[in-house]
Amino acid sequence: MNQANTARADSPMIEITGLNKWYGDFHVLRDIDLTVAQGERIVICGPSGSGKSTLIRCINHLEEHQEGRIVVNGLPMTRDVKRIEQIRRNVGMVFQHFNLFPHLSVLDNCCISQTWVQKKPRAEAERTAMEILERVQIADQARKYPGQLSGGQQQRVAIARALCMQPEVMLFDEPTSALDPEMIKEVLDVMVELAREGMTMLCVTHEMGFAKTVADRVIFMDQGQIIEQAPPETFFNHPRSERTQLFLSQILGH
Amino acid sequence: MVDTNTVTEMVAARRPPDLRRGMVGWLRANLFNTPLNGAVTIVTAVLLAMLLWPALQWAVIQADWLGNSREACSGEGACWVFISARFESIVYGFYPEAARWRVDLVFLLMAVLVAWLVIPRLPAKRWVGLFAMVAFPVIAFFLLVGGAFGLEHVPTGNWGGVMLTLTIATVGIVGSLPIGVVLALGRRSQMPLVRGFCVVFIEFWRGVPLITVLFMASVMLPLFVPTQVEFDKLLRALVGIMFFWSAYMAEVVRGGLQAVPSGQEEAAKAMGMGYWQRMGLIVLPQALKLVIPGIVNTFIALFKDTSLVLIIGLFDLLAIIRSGLTDSDWLGFATEGYVFAALVFWVFCFSMSRYSQHIERRLHTGHRN
Amino acid sequence: MLRSSSREQGPLWRDPTFRALLVQGILLLALGAFIVMVVSNTMANLEARGITTGFGFLQDRAGFSIPQTLIEYSGDSTYARTFLVGLLNTLLVSAMGIVAATLIGFAVGIARLSPNWLLARLATAYVEIFRNIPLLVQILFWYFAVLQALPSPRNSHSLFEAIFLNVRGVVLPDPQPLSGFAATPWALLVAVIATWGLVRFAKRRQARTGRPLPVFKLGALLLIGLPAVVFVATGMPLEWSIPELKGFNFQGGVTVLPELMALWLALSIYTASFIAEIVRSGIQSVPQGQVEAAKALSLPGGIILRKVVIPQAMRVIVPQLTSQHLNLIKNSSLATAIGYPDLVAVFAGTALNVTGQAIEIVAMTMAVYLLINLVVSLLMNLYNARTLLKER
Repeated sequence: MNQANTARADSPMIEITGLNKWYGDFHVLRDIDLTVAQGERIVICGPSGSGKSTLIRCINHLEEHQEGRIVVNGLPMTRDVKRIEQIRRNVGMVFQHFNLFPHLSVLDNCCISQTWVQKKPRAEAERTAMEILERVQIADQARKYPGQLSGGQQQRVAIARALCMQPEVMLFDEPTSALDPEMIKEVLDVMVELAREGMTMLCVTHEMGFAKTVADRVIFMDQGQIIEQAPPETFFNHPRSERTQLFLSQILGH
Repeated sequence: MVDTNTVTEMVAARRPPDLRRGMVGWLRANLFNTPLNGAVTIVTAVLLAMLLWPALQWAVIQADWLGNSREACSGEGACWVFISARFESIVYGFYPEAARWRVDLVFLLMAVLVAWLVIPRLPAKRWVGLFAMVAFPVIAFFLLVGGAFGLEHVPTGNWGGVMLTLTIATVGIVGSLPIGVVLALGRRSQMPLVRGFCVVFIEFWRGVPLITVLFMASVMLPLFVPTQVEFDKLLRALVGIMFFWSAYMAEVVRGGLQAVPSGQEEAAKAMGMGYWQRMGLIVLPQALKLVIPGIVNTFIALFKDTSLVLIIGLFDLLAIIRSGLTDSDWLGFATEGYVFAALVFWVFCFSMSRYSQHIERRLHTGHRN
Repeated sequence: MLRSSSREQGPLWRDPTFRALLVQGILLLALGAFIVMVVSNTMANLEARGITTGFGFLQDRAGFSIPQTLIEYSGDSTYARTFLVGLLNTLLVSAMGIVAATLIGFAVGIARLSPNWLLARLATAYVEIFRNIPLLVQILFWYFAVLQALPSPRNSHSLFEAIFLNVRGVVLPDPQPLSGFAATPWALLVAVIATWGLVRFAKRRQARTGRPLPVFKLGALLLIGLPAVVFVATGMPLEWSIPELKGFNFQGGVTVLPELMALWLALSIYTASFIAEIVRSGIQSVPQGQVEAAKALSLPGGIILRKVVIPQAMRVIVPQLTSQHLNLIKNSSLATAIGYPDLVAVFAGTALNVTGQAIEIVAMTMAVYLLINLVVSLLMNLYNARTLLKER
């Protein structure tokens, strides 16, 4: 286990209180309060520009917030570089556009953090990488380069790359939005599998089927704030706010 | 875990906290956000002040502006009298005074054409462009050279200064662009001999320095023609410059040709068009539009390199200034002379590069929509 | 082209194959006619002027001196020797320029991306000023306005009474190796090899145990330390010839010609403004997502630069950088304007004027630049092929 892992079982995995963020004068995140328990699976949805990506990008400090407090796995977020790196070690992230390193092979993409952050011997890093690539069913492509893979395969590699850090939390930022329809399933299958293994997950996605089967809680965001949160059955069958109803009718309507 | 459906009221947007706003906030965010950055800011500011203040004092505050002889120079700062005293020759070279209106007329015509082509609102760009590439050079030729229509003949040996610089630049671009287009088409040809010839031609000129080309033009070209043919010195330089830059132009145009989707040419083929129709009506207009920034950048390079004719003894802007510096009345004003030359070239080149960046931005947005 | 018998044949002049042949035939004929015309004209002209063609003149005595020679040269040397001296001078100023332009260019290019507003603006100003002023103007400025305005040797500016700056150039202390000095360069060579070994060892050690070595610090220590230790241990066998003012000029030391200084300054500063743009756009060409992904993997800043940003930026930078280096070599021919004795100035200038062998001399000069171009392009193609991103 990671030495940075100082969480106690009873404490929440992520605790966000009074989070506010501005881009210049634009108020993107407004008074966000969110607590994520260990092993909880959360789906965040909402119209574009509602701040959902910004929210999860604040959790591993890809975006800097101006007000509020973020605690990840017992570690409060500060501006200290060492602390930020410590928190990032516990948080894996998957991006909409994969962001694999095109000049490194699939295997090297998976080994880079093990080599330079965890300082593992090469053989051990490769073993871990191959195990995880096996889990996302892409081990046979390990020697290839990202440019030689399909979008779905690349996204599965990206998930494997994040898992190689052995994170406590996984953040997914619209992982299927850039994929062709026939490739969405192979990525969702991996995510469902991951959820079944008990990984704490925050997913920004519009895949409502995924939300229904996997999520413990669905969060609806609009104009930079959390409008409504509920377990999936309640959320989809009895949405309370008008905005949620409108959003759901637009996305499920046809 | 939350098991009930919670709904929050809307929060109104607020202004960001004060630490990011106002003058102080800006300074903090951009200049002093870390101690290292603060140190960098201070060191840079001090160095800049140490450099700029004396420069400003020399060039403006203590400079001499008025007068028409060396006596007007106080010696404290720059003496711009050196420039103003020989301003006429800097612009016209040795062009006879009585005929300078002809140069002015060409300048004016050129300014109108350039303005027309640059200002987006004005119509009929294609026709004005055609006029500038075909009719304007002819008109300018008769006006500047004379010897017809009752205009007195002015030999090119009398040309000089800004006028010569602009002449070389204009002939350079008007000549090299069409040759470049033909070379670019030839380089993409299916015919091995045509392609081979174009590749060798392009790579040869791109591989040698312009200086050696000018040397070649001035010492070898006279050997290539029959003895009795008189070959004008300026014309020799112009031929060299045209060939040299046509190779660079060809590569720019080739980039544009490659960027036009092959479907365009296939569609034109399907409509029964012949090669020249396909190129002239479909492919080239698109390709050339795409590479306007590249063409302008090549033109900037060409414009800067017109100064090289100094080495083969033509009196362009730079050479006129340099010859002024050897005037025994005006020894010791090299700084003023070269700073002025630099300024003139800079104004031309900087405005052209801005224009090319502007076009580039417009092209990019145009593609997105 | 299909030639199946089932296809109907149109008139011959409308057959594409025939047309292609015709066009190429005409091109060939025109070229041939042009060459024949040029050759016969040239022969006639040369005969009229009494110039014999051929490269025999290369063995003749040149009879003029050259102010800066890296190899033995005197008025008695041959034109072949003149060619070589000029070529070496071109290569010298090019090499100095390439090193300086690359260093300045990288510094300015990175400064343009600095989060520090003032520094970034200053770097932008540098680029916009220097790339929009003709190189020749800059060369003349440095030479006539700056270096020729320096005081006479008697009133030189001096630095530590060892380096002197005056109108005749920069006079530097000249190191004179004594016996035993040879050990120091050998030590440096050993240090280079050892560093190379260290890098390999560190790589293998990290692969085995996972622990990286501070290769950079150890390597620097080795490269500087080992030669220094050897130098001191052999009794510092180096004597400096310190320049001293004797009468109107300096004795001792080594003088760098003002022509070389001016050309070097102008070439470096001018080319650096282009390199800065290449470096900036190269770094910016690495998508922001790459850095974000690396951060999300909690890679530290230095590793992100070394393993993610630089390898991808270099792919964009290196080919363009090389073409700037080639431009610098070609631009060094502007030496002629201030009389720095480069290949063009002494060979295509002085030697051509003395001998009148225009064709041979211009051809040889151009061939040198073409050859440099060709070799570098070949190397570049190899590099591009090696670093090509693998795609589907």
